Amino acid sequence: MIGNYPTGRQKGALIPMLLYAQDEIGQITEELIDEVSKRLSVNRVEIEEVLGYYTMLHREKRGKHHVQICTNVSCMLRGGEELWEHACGKLGIGNKQTTADGSVSLEEVECIGACSWAPAILVNYDFHFNVTPESLDALIEGLRTKQ
Amino acid sequence: MAELVTLTIDGKQITAEKGTLVIEAAKKIGIEIPAFCYYEGYSLQAACRMCLVEVEKMPKLQPGCTLPAAEGMVVMTDSPKVVEARKSTLEFLLTNHPLDCPVCDKGGECELQDMVFRYGAGESRFTEIKHHANEKQWSPMVYYDPARCILCYRCIRVCDEGLGVGALGLTHRGVHAEITPSNGDHLECDECGMCIDICPVGALTSGSYRYKSRPWEMNHVGTICAHCSNGCKTTLSIRNGEIMRANNRDQSGINGEFLCAKGRFGYDFVHSEERLQTPLVRKDGELVEASWSEALALVAKKFGDVKAKGGKFGVVGSARTTNEEAYYLQKFARQGLGTANIDHRRSGDVASLLNALAGKRDALATVADLYTTKAALVIGSDLSQQHPLLAFQLRANYRHHGSSTYTVTRGPVREDSYAARSIRFEAGDEIGALDQLREDLSKHASVVILFGDSVKGGDVAKLVAFGDSLGVGVKYVCLMDYSNSRGAWDMGLTHEYGPGYEAAEQRGLSLPEMLAAKDLDVFWAVGANPLADAELGSNDAFVVVQELFLTETARRADVVLPAASAYEKNGTVTNTCGEVQRLKAGAKVMGVKTDLEIMGLLAKEMGLDLGIWTPEKVFEEIRRTVRGYNVQLPIIVTGGAAPTQPVSGQLAVLPDVSLVRSAEDTLFTSGSLGRYSKMLNAAMEAPGKLYKE
Amino acid sequence: MLLNQPHPLETRVLTRRFEYPQKNPIWVDEFVAKQGYEGFRKALGMSPDEIIEEVKKSSLRGRGGAGFPTGLKWSFVDRKSSKPKYVVVNGDEGEPGTCKDRVLIEHDPHRLIEGCLICARAIGAERGWVYIRGEYRFHIDILDKAIAEAYERGYLGENILGSGMTFHLSTHTGAGSYECGEESALLESLEGKRGNPRLKPPFPATVGAFQCPTTVNNVETFCAVPDILLNGGDWYHALGTPKNGGTRMVCLSGHINNPGVYEVPLGFNMKRLIEEIGGGVWKGRKLKAVIPGGSSSPILTADEVDIPADYDSLAKAGSMLGSGATMVCDETTDMVKLLARVMKFYAHESCGWCIPCREGTAWLAKILARMDEGAGMTRDIDMIDQLATSMFGRTFCALGDAAAMPTMSIVRKFRNEFEAKIGSTEVFVPAPGTQPLVVL
Repeated sequence: MIGNYPTGRQKGALIPMLLYAQDEIGQITEELIDEVSKRLSVNRVEIEEVLGYYTMLHREKRGKHHVQICTNVSCMLRGGEELWEHACGKLGIGNKQTTADGSVSLEEVECIGACSWAPAILVNYDFHFNVTPESLDALIEGLRTKQ
Repeated sequence: MAELVTLTIDGKQITAEKGTLVIEAAKKIGIEIPAFCYYEGYSLQAACRMCLVEVEKMPKLQPGCTLPAAEGMVVMTDSPKVVEARKSTLEFLLTNHPLDCPVCDKGGECELQDMVFRYGAGESRFTEIKHHANEKQWSPMVYYDPARCILCYRCIRVCDEGLGVGALGLTHRGVHAEITPSNGDHLECDECGMCIDICPVGALTSGSYRYKSRPWEMNHVGTICAHCSNGCKTTLSIRNGEIMRANNRDQSGINGEFLCAKGRFGYDFVHSEERLQTPLVRKDGELVEASWSEALALVAKKFGDVKAKGGKFGVVGSARTTNEEAYYLQKFARQGLGTANIDHRRSGDVASLLNALAGKRDALATVADLYTTKAALVIGSDLSQQHPLLAFQLRANYRHHGSSTYTVTRGPVREDSYAARSIRFEAGDEIGALDQLREDLSKHASVVILFGDSVKGGDVAKLVAFGDSLGVGVKYVCLMDYSNSRGAWDMGLTHEYGPGYEAAEQRGLSLPEMLAAKDLDVFWAVGANPLADAELGSNDAFVVVQELFLTETARRADVVLPAASAYEKNGTVTNTCGEVQRLKAGAKVMGVKTDLEIMGLLAKEMGLDLGIWTPEKVFEEIRRTVRGYNVQLPIIVTGGAAPTQPVSGQLAVLPDVSLVRSAEDTLFTSGSLGRYSKMLNAAMEAPGKLYKE
Repeated sequence: MLLNQPHPLETRVLTRRFEYPQKNPIWVDEFVAKQGYEGFRKALGMSPDEIIEEVKKSSLRGRGGAGFPTGLKWSFVDRKSSKPKYVVVNGDEGEPGTCKDRVLIEHDPHRLIEGCLICARAIGAERGWVYIRGEYRFHIDILDKAIAEAYERGYLGENILGSGMTFHLSTHTGAGSYECGEESALLESLEGKRGNPRLKPPFPATVGAFQCPTTVNNVETFCAVPDILLNGGDWYHALGTPKNGGTRMVCLSGHINNPGVYEVPLGFNMKRLIEEIGGGVWKGRKLKAVIPGGSSSPILTADEVDIPADYDSLAKAGSMLGSGATMVCDETTDMVKLLARVMKFYAHESCGWCIPCREGTAWLAKILARMDEGAGMTRDIDMIDQLATSMFGRTFCALGDAAAMPTMSIVRKFRNEFEAKIGSTEVFVPAPGTQPLVVL
């Protein structure tokens, strides 16, 4: 990955490296920060800067299935907010919280670029389109049994 | 010659170099364009939007801090649009800024307060709930209150660009955006506190000052830092004789905006509970408190008796007492006591340098030269650790003028990160290593060579010969340890030289020789602690010590006279570049006397005529009699730095260079003074470690 | 696969290889069989100036939102610089209402690669990156595979097709930031930093990625280039209106019967777009308003939408073509709620760099949330307008404007709805729940 960036500019790989590593281990850990800092020769503070900035990077552990529900305008117009309320009620958790069994976590997200198939949600990196409360129920059931 | 353009600001015409920023052009004609994020000498941010101005033919308001002056440009800085924009920016800023001014450290000195006072609206329309985040301690020195932070990024820039440390960053975003320290939740840095100084509001506060005082309750006294040899001006803020803080309030010293941890936080030794405040006299083997008159009489009697019987004195001065005290001490020893045994602990071989420079004029670099020279060569010194101001100057020179720095050091140093070339050498071979740089250095129109204690004696001569061979203007800095290391040499606190490097009439014992002597009758240490790492050979010697603390040497004393520190006295000191600056008494500590006064009283008690012992009178004598010290008085009394060059001919005797050794202090150590600074010790004990590249 | 049914009124250029329903991306064999890389082969026979001239002739304008003429942008790249030049594709696609770039990548990834190659040829670049928002991992994987194919077949790498040209391309994932869609913020992000926009000038054409001359264009813009080279700039230009050439992707969303991504000529009437292609407002309701270019663009009322949808006509109508989003609001839409949601988005996405945007979006979001909950005061209405006006044109980058423009238009055009939401009291009532705006 470092080879994709100009010589001496290996810091370019920082964000992809953090994100891809996070996908593998589930969260940004202190060990990961140290490792990335070494590999890319960047200071700890440079990593802190991006960790706080990019919403997809997170230090806390999330559910095995991270359900991200868009409530931005296009989704809102077609029931995104109701979907969000429904999911919170169904799972008994709020924004950026995880179910007790660790299977599902919820996040209210900004536009995920699926506006023409709204309301849309992301489960980890999988899109689900034209979601209804009923199809969401079925989806979540599926996720919880899949674990 | 740069192209000139004429523009109009608020109806006034001004000619400026093309590309001059409008904010700077306006400043030249006395028009303030307010700004938070703009800070001269640091990268442009255009973030605070306070400097928006109206420009003819431009539909949008333009940031004056990034807008280059152009021919025919018409700028308005107080049009209704601009006034409204400033009001609204300040209103925005105050939405989440806590209005805790009554308890905020910055209250009264806050740029946000001043801005709102001058440009803000009388009332805010904000009625929502403020966003809040709690204050954090980042280190013993630095606290951060994100709620107060207005995100001007000055701290990030001064740390990264100015110091080359880069310990601060920006994290989160939107209203949550805040400054983040180097190691997640704490700082590992130089602890210089420059971020605190440069913070326009009370977001960054000092561990030693926070919630202690209001700015208007204090007197602000500009004096010279008591610690290293760089000679930074530090402003002591005094309340009832007590130093509440030290900072770089007026930025008028040779250090400009710079001040390190020692100058800012290392003043606390002054009010240490371990300070000696009463004379101590040994009775029945124990040091017990005594009155000044008793102690002085005892010392005067002993001195008189030993002198009368032709006994042996050993006198040790300090690299931290003033020029006046050093001068008076050697006069006391040589004329009053009739001894040639006088010395101090030397940390750099300036005598050999002055000798080698004989016949040259202006060959000593000033602190200011380091900012303007085209190239600098640093030999055998970890400049950022031991000479932080000099390191700062070189970095600023590189940043602003693209100067080249070369390092020749034993291990890696911070300057390597921007150095044109870095060479590692084996101990003793630094001069040999220089040949590799001859070609590089001779390309620059001016070069300043800074060298540490490993270059001494014949090597200094070789170094100057090397400098001569470059064929360009070369200036030198002999790096030394403490606030008056240079002055101690100049004033004649060595067994080889009297004041001005005149050969001593009689060559006495050096410091190691005094310590080794078995037959010393009197050992007198003024502000020195030679027994920290040595034994006194003479068991019967009567030991007199003038000190701030009960040091190893003071513990061996028969009489201890409590002395005032640099922050409690007037006088002058000479920095490592040979610049003389004035100390101004700020703090008051009960029971102590300055070393000069102690010596004067002793002289009086002994019936010696050594002249009036006020700093002013002694300095007058120094100016009259010590070569190179006939400096311009107005420069000194107005708080400036007057350069000296004490020797104009070859020295009659060569210095004993085996005695030259630097203590190699770090940013957080400072000889015996540092041991009594809680803040400096706390920095060393803080989580993490000393910042290293 | 996402694709909606094609509509006969579409003009299919970028989407001409798409099939319905299409199970897989068009991989290299099929791509080449359908004139793939032929535009690039043609470009190999042309000088950089000729390529740029052809693109200028096409009157192609940036499809990311700002609408800057592409040929002109390419011509600004400092080709004489001794530094390397770079091609950067903006696939951050974060403007609410926009979902077109993903469709292009997902179905015809080689078209994007071909567009990059032509640009590289024109500006003398030997390296490029496709910056794709982190949520589009699926699309990054597709493009990675297509890039691997292109390397295998000699379309990427060294001595491409024996021409001596070198060009390397890779994907670069974002990690959740709307602001990174702004080109200089995107470059910061590409360099591994926060997506704070840069001070301009210098523009990326002189100091771009890694301090080198760079051109940054939207995915759709690059995708339009192969056919321009293939059929000529004049041909492409003629597809649209005289001053607005070519076709564009539109993303119909909201209260509409046939939401979807369609390709239409520039200047296609917006009312027809909604009624004919989009099948009209859903549930038989009446149209209230349209947000024509993503949530940053000023809103149009139902009376204002009978206009050609191109850059100039929308600008004349006080809005903008933006990124191709067309968000349809039916008569039941609560405009206060809508604006509150829009502002919540901008407050969340503001990078915090400059004061007016950082504080202004957060303040407005709080007021609007309070109004939406029924605790608004009369004075809030004017204040919303004033605060937005205070932000407009005064922020460091365009995000402040993006937040201000919809606000000013909505509060002015639908003032009655704001008035209707005023609470019964004129005394300040804190917003119910003092939840922070954003949870970190």
